[in-house]
Amino acid sequence: MLEALSVAFHELFSIKIILMIIAGLFGGLMTGALPGLTATMAVALLVPFTFAMSPTDGLILLGAIYMACIYGGSFSAILVNTPGTPSSIGTTFDGYPMALRGEGERAILVATYASVYGGIIGVIFLFFLSPPLASVALQFGPPEYFWMAVFGITIISSLASKNIVKGFIGGGIGLLISTIGIAPIGGEVRFTADFPQLQGGVELIVALIGFFCIPEAMTMIGQRTKQFHLAEAKRQPRIFLGTLQEVMKRQGNLLRSSIIGTIVGILPGAGGSVANLVAYNEAIRASKTPEKFGTGYIDGIIATESSNNAVVGGGIIPLVTLGIPGAPPDAVLYGVLLLHGLRPGPELFTTHSQIIYTFILSLFMATILMLPVGVICGRALHRTVVRLPIRYLAPLIIFLTVIGSYSIRNNITDVFIMLVLGVLGYILKRLGFHPGPITLGLILGPIGEMGFVQALLMGTTLPNKWMIFFDRPLSWVLIIMSAVSLCWPLIAKRLAKGWKIKEM
Amino acid sequence: MKSSKLWILFLIIVIGLSLPATGLAKFPDKPITYVICFNPGGESDITARIQQQPLEKILGVPVVIVYKKGGGGAVGWSELTRTKPDGYTIYGTNLPHTIVQPMTRKNAGYETEQINNVYFFEFTPNILAVKKDSEIKTVKDFIEFAKKNPGISVGGSGQPSANSLGTAAFAKVANLKLTYISFTGSGAAVPALLGGHVKALMTYTTMAASYPDKIRALAVAADKRAKALPGVPTFKELGFDYVEGAYRGAAVPPGTPPEVRKVLEQAMEKANYDPTVIKKMEDLGFIMEYYGEAKSKELVKKLTVYYKNLLKDLGLLKK
Repeated sequence: MLEALSVAFHELFSIKIILMIIAGLFGGLMTGALPGLTATMAVALLVPFTFAMSPTDGLILLGAIYMACIYGGSFSAILVNTPGTPSSIGTTFDGYPMALRGEGERAILVATYASVYGGIIGVIFLFFLSPPLASVALQFGPPEYFWMAVFGITIISSLASKNIVKGFIGGGIGLLISTIGIAPIGGEVRFTADFPQLQGGVELIVALIGFFCIPEAMTMIGQRTKQFHLAEAKRQPRIFLGTLQEVMKRQGNLLRSSIIGTIVGILPGAGGSVANLVAYNEAIRASKTPEKFGTGYIDGIIATESSNNAVVGGGIIPLVTLGIPGAPPDAVLYGVLLLHGLRPGPELFTTHSQIIYTFILSLFMATILMLPVGVICGRALHRTVVRLPIRYLAPLIIFLTVIGSYSIRNNITDVFIMLVLGVLGYILKRLGFHPGPITLGLILGPIGEMGFVQALLMGTTLPNKWMIFFDRPLSWVLIIMSAVSLCWPLIAKRLAKGWKIKEM
Repeated sequence: MKSSKLWILFLIIVIGLSLPATGLAKFPDKPITYVICFNPGGESDITARIQQQPLEKILGVPVVIVYKKGGGGAVGWSELTRTKPDGYTIYGTNLPHTIVQPMTRKNAGYETEQINNVYFFEFTPNILAVKKDSEIKTVKDFIEFAKKNPGISVGGSGQPSANSLGTAAFAKVANLKLTYISFTGSGAAVPALLGGHVKALMTYTTMAASYPDKIRALAVAADKRAKALPGVPTFKELGFDYVEGAYRGAAVPPGTPPEVRKVLEQAMEKANYDPTVIKKMEDLGFIMEYYGEAKSKELVKKLTVYYKNLLKDLGLLKK
């Protein structure tokens, strides 16, 4: 292993590799920042280019793109309130309010530092703890996925703590939308109103663009102002170091969120979209000032952005140890490995240790290089968005929403779905429904439904098939977590009262 | 007035320039789009990627792979029926999907006959598989176990699919009661087996080739043994009349001119005889097939009858 490592080091520190990583980072940042172009798409688009490369070079390039894409999603989340990828949904909650206050640049820096931190933690886990962690993935069967989805839904109670009823109604709307199309189990056609185009259901990214982007653009136009409201960016002295210090002070949040990201990444079928919201929820619960979340508080950005980049390393863990992709972009990496004649799995570490160690180290390097590349791109993008008059910005955003929703499945139906959901989202927003819970329902609906039906089928051999949900220890852990999470607003109130009494 | 005249002039020029180009040029003279109706990284994607370079060499134009996923492939295939039939857009197709979906769904968005297959290049048979360290070592062991524990779970990809219908067909010939649990893709079912959440998999040969140290294939549902699994018997060898699996091919929209179809058919065939293509496909567990357009039609016809009867037996045929 040591020998393989030293060779890997030599291979990495060449101009060619470093330039390739930087090119990959730029490409990834841009695709990530455009809503609709996801990490999976970016990686898949570049697969043909890797044919002409050695497997190592190909993996290095794709790894850099993947890492940067997840990070780049935060740019649009902060600047125009639209997550660039589903991994940045939670970043809109605090990033955009910061941008509205003229602190967009600071928000981007926070996202950058947190992303680099999370990325590094994920890669460290990948490097040192792959085999034991991979076995966690196998412990998760259908009943656990069902309970995980239930736990995910309970997050709404802290996401929408101001109006829990509206939050859960929003979650319900999301769950309902997720049932459109072919049933994941059984294959029945549901709620397509006889349009064969709707068999594919509502793609998460299409809904994200509709619910986040369109209402924002409509509000922008409705305000009839010449300049975007972020215009008066405050000049802040010592912004780089000051923000870095501020972020690094929050070690607890950084570490907790990165570990959440790594674990969620390891679980096949759940990725950054789940991780960032779970991390956000846990950050609120651990915070002494939970009321600040959602008002432009840097802890929110730290939680989401460190967790989603930790997913990258986490998702590769089951890929290289078991041959099972952890997150959707890893499925593409899996295909690339196969096409290059490498079988993903434990033998990668024995017969192709050279390639795999170089790849892991390159991810590390890409994460670190993301710092300068991200700061340059982020500031440039920030200035452009802030200076652009609304009469250009709003149409540009609408134009990008159309491109983005079309490109995800190369399907014009998705553009119409996006526009319909956009108008719906605008109305719901005016009625006080936040898009966060709705998208949470959309993400978790299929996971929960699949887990539920599969588990019930699994239970047919038991005397009572419903027992399948309650006879496994890991299920109970998730049940208890859900119960605590659901009642958290109440518990938090009690605790706060208790403290006050003691102080007196 | 002036601007409308300009427009007409512009249109005439455009039409004038494009007419001879489309009328006289030899097919193909511009990039061909190869649409995959499933996720990037899946098996349909991988086979298309293996063909991509040889096809580019043979046709002399770039071949661009794009994804139109959704509805188990149906979203893409219904799009196929509305695509311009000029041969510049070809679709990856899968059997039994394009046969079974129109039979079971009220409106799949296409009819089986509208999928004009020019070639079927591979067959991926079902295998019955268990965990490598399982006490079940042969099909006989499996049957004994299933008789003792009626309703044991068998995981597989999709429903209705070659895996799900195959599980039903095998349960019938072996006189067993099995519970089929569907996962979203062959790969997604593997962790469920390894984690012990399902007892066995009715999956494809490719999975046994990808996870040789984790999965034990008990038998292959094909007429002959798979090259990647020489030690695994066929169900027929063991006395079970059970052959089932998925075919992959490429199709063009209805109404595509015969000379264009011929070019594509020949290109697919030539790519299929490319030694590197054969090596890559067989290493991954695919079985090479060489069904030209005429033979493809026969295959679809034959399987349509077979699946109609099977679905009727299972009560899955649409009303």
